[in-house]
Amino acid sequence: MIPPMAEKIKKITVALAGNPNSGKTTIFNSLTGMRQHVGNYPGVTVEKKEGFCRYQDYELDIIDLPGTYSLTAYSTEEVVSRNFIIEQKPDVVVDVVDASNIERNLYLAVQLMELNVPLVLAFNMSDIARQKGLVFDIEKLSALLEVRIVQTVGNKKQGIDELLDGIIQTAQQQPKNPASLIKYGSEIEKEIEKLQQKFDELRNDRWTVIKLLEQDADVLGHIHNEEIVISVMESILRLKNIFGEEPEIIIADRRYGFISGACQETVKNTVEIRHNRSDMIDTVMTHKIFGLPIFIAMMYIVFDLTFRFSEWPMGWLEMFFGWLGRGISGFWSAGSDNILKSLLVDGIIGGVGGVVVFLPNIMLLFAAIAILEDSGYMARAAFVTDRLMHKIGLHGKSFIPMLIGFGCSVPAIMACRILENRRNRITTILVMPLFSCGAKLTIYALIIPAFFAEQWRGPVMWLIYFIGIALAVIAAKILRITLLKGETIPYVMELPPYRMPTAKSVLLHMWERGWLYLKKAGTIILLLSIILWAAARYPRMNAEKLAGLNDAEAQTAMLKYSVIGRAGSTLEPALKPLGFDYKIATALIGSMAAKEVFVAQMGIVYAVSEHDDASVLQEKLRSDYTPLQGFCVMLFCLISAPCIATIAITRSETGRIGWAIFQWAGLTTLAYMVTFVVYQVGMLIF
Amino acid sequence: MTTQGQTFLTNITNGTKVRLLKIDAGQGLKARLAAMGLLAGAEFKVINNGHPGPFVIELKGSRMVLGRGMAGKIIVKLSER
Ligand SMILES: Nc1nc2c(ncn2[C@@H]2O[C@H](COP(=O)(O)OP(=O)(O)O)[C@@H](O)[C@H]2O)c(=O)[nH]1
Repeated sequence: MIPPMAEKIKKITVALAGNPNSGKTTIFNSLTGMRQHVGNYPGVTVEKKEGFCRYQDYELDIIDLPGTYSLTAYSTEEVVSRNFIIEQKPDVVVDVVDASNIERNLYLAVQLMELNVPLVLAFNMSDIARQKGLVFDIEKLSALLEVRIVQTVGNKKQGIDELLDGIIQTAQQQPKNPASLIKYGSEIEKEIEKLQQKFDELRNDRWTVIKLLEQDADVLGHIHNEEIVISVMESILRLKNIFGEEPEIIIADRRYGFISGACQETVKNTVEIRHNRSDMIDTVMTHKIFGLPIFIAMMYIVFDLTFRFSEWPMGWLEMFFGWLGRGISGFWSAGSDNILKSLLVDGIIGGVGGVVVFLPNIMLLFAAIAILEDSGYMARAAFVTDRLMHKIGLHGKSFIPMLIGFGCSVPAIMACRILENRRNRITTILVMPLFSCGAKLTIYALIIPAFFAEQWRGPVMWLIYFIGIALAVIAAKILRITLLKGETIPYVMELPPYRMPTAKSVLLHMWERGWLYLKKAGTIILLLSIILWAAARYPRMNAEKLAGLNDAEAQTAMLKYSVIGRAGSTLEPALKPLGFDYKIATALIGSMAAKEVFVAQMGIVYAVSEHDDASVLQEKLRSDYTPLQGFCVMLFCLISAPCIATIAITRSETGRIGWAIFQWAGLTTLAYMVTFVVYQVGMLIF
Repeated sequence: MTTQGQTFLTNITNGTKVRLLKIDAGQGLKARLAAMGLLAGAEFKVINNGHPGPFVIELKGSRMVLGRGMAGKIIVKLSER
């Protein structure tokens, strides 16, 4: 007897498309569970999620395409989606349709039909559609559109098996030719026919012809035959003459016409929609006067809670790394200066541990963001802050990553993924380090009490934060009118109804971001930490030269002798106009790893032993520098050289090392200029 | 330019149904709006004309917010009741 195992597992690739807010992510999660991973589409910073699912004798490889309303060439997401479908030819495309909002959602479906792909429509949110009183004649609609339709309720996992059955049946079928279903009216059809007859390469490619008539930049760019381009332009001119409008708009209109027609016959609305709950919540949430305070209060609660709750696990992690460090040190005799010990304890645990400690914070922050997004509040928040952000050429949603930036630039830059527009996203990422993060706060906490009298401490702190924000605003504005010029996406957005977020979606989101962060810490941050560790340690001094010095003094001497110490001395002349000597320069270079290292390095430079409290160091600082110099140090730390974790995340989130370098060099130059002016002017006044 | 019942969307009061006549914008933007169902001939209702709060319309059963600048580029005509 042949065991059933011998049956061959068949592979099916499935691409998941759908409008934003249609419940696509929920369906994706229901299909794949934890078997998924996140990457990027090659060359662009659009997130690519892939997951796997075993069903009967099939292994499904499911790719989550970005959520889009259509398949034009006007946004990266849309180009990515359609290129994936055209180039990778998935066996089945599932379009997740918000059934409670059917006409708008079918627009994408119609465009997918035009692509002639084996299509399954998942009519999701069918519970809400029912509540709204919509009744579908699924059989008839399915026949009209010549596609399989499955009703689902994503968050209750209803219809998932039926969807899987539909996928498998569709994969086995001979592909139909639904593209010819949609007719664009005799004038446009005539032009399509003309072009198809004239050029062999267009004969079987109705989709390309339509895209050409729509003046799709991406498709046009792939046509190298001049004659085709000329003929297309002629067709477009003729159509413009007839309609007095771009053919593109007419084509969109015809698609909607087709959808309307199909819906008229198959969708019945049994209840007149009245004011719903979402409307009532919205009158408060987006109120002209109360909207902003409500938003700020919400953000305050979110941050307060995330920082409060992450305190404990962060403490545990700190304890763990401390324990690990001591445990490893224990293998060597006390005071030993073994290189392996130093590498493990100071380099790796110190560097990577310092970054990993923030993990709980990051996971909670992203859980909070997931709740805000899934509940539908994010769309409102974006609106409320939009007026403010528009002035600096950014989108309202940029506000949220910026707020996170006060905690740590790394999750803030990761959170920029909520920004759909690329220029917007990159601008926000680039200015992010100007928001004083938690690590910079440790520098302020050292310096402010050292130089400023009690009553001035608050205002000075406030001033530093304010300078950062002001510079970020100016920098963003400048970037948006120079390097990252482009229309700010005029504000049109769907307002999704308020919904209860599901625990599963929130947990998955949290897990995903946490994992991404850990991977960063384990790779690039690890590497850079080791490099900086080595630079602070080598070359070594002769042991005899250290004779007679106590521990702290010996450390000072060794640091001075190392690459970092030498670089500090070399840079001293260049930093003198800013009021910095070689000690500050050395600490600044050390703080390139992470801002809080500045404090530790200052301690080493001044031979303060680790056991003394901050006031010892502050005393020494006070005797060596003026308050103006102290202020300039803070200013420089605020603006200059983002830490290695930020560099790493900027590189991966923008997709280009160039942006990371630009950010680093640009901010460091800016820091130099600003500090220079402040110090020189300050010298004249004081 | 309010000839023959044509007017900018910004002049429409809450609860009024209108028909879209024209969008005064570049091709890219028009295509984007078209994809969301905002094209000549589309009928929609003004839910909230921004006072207080955002400019909200209801189009084919879904709510959309428009920036004020955006709404100022859309020319509409009152629908016949
Ligand atoms: N009532 C209802 N809610 C759903 C359904 N599917 C998803 N949701 C909820 O809708 C919200 C948005 O879903 P999500 O999958 O994030 O949408 P996406 O933007 O298309 O990825 C979440 O709060 C889901 O829990 C459904 O079929 N019915």
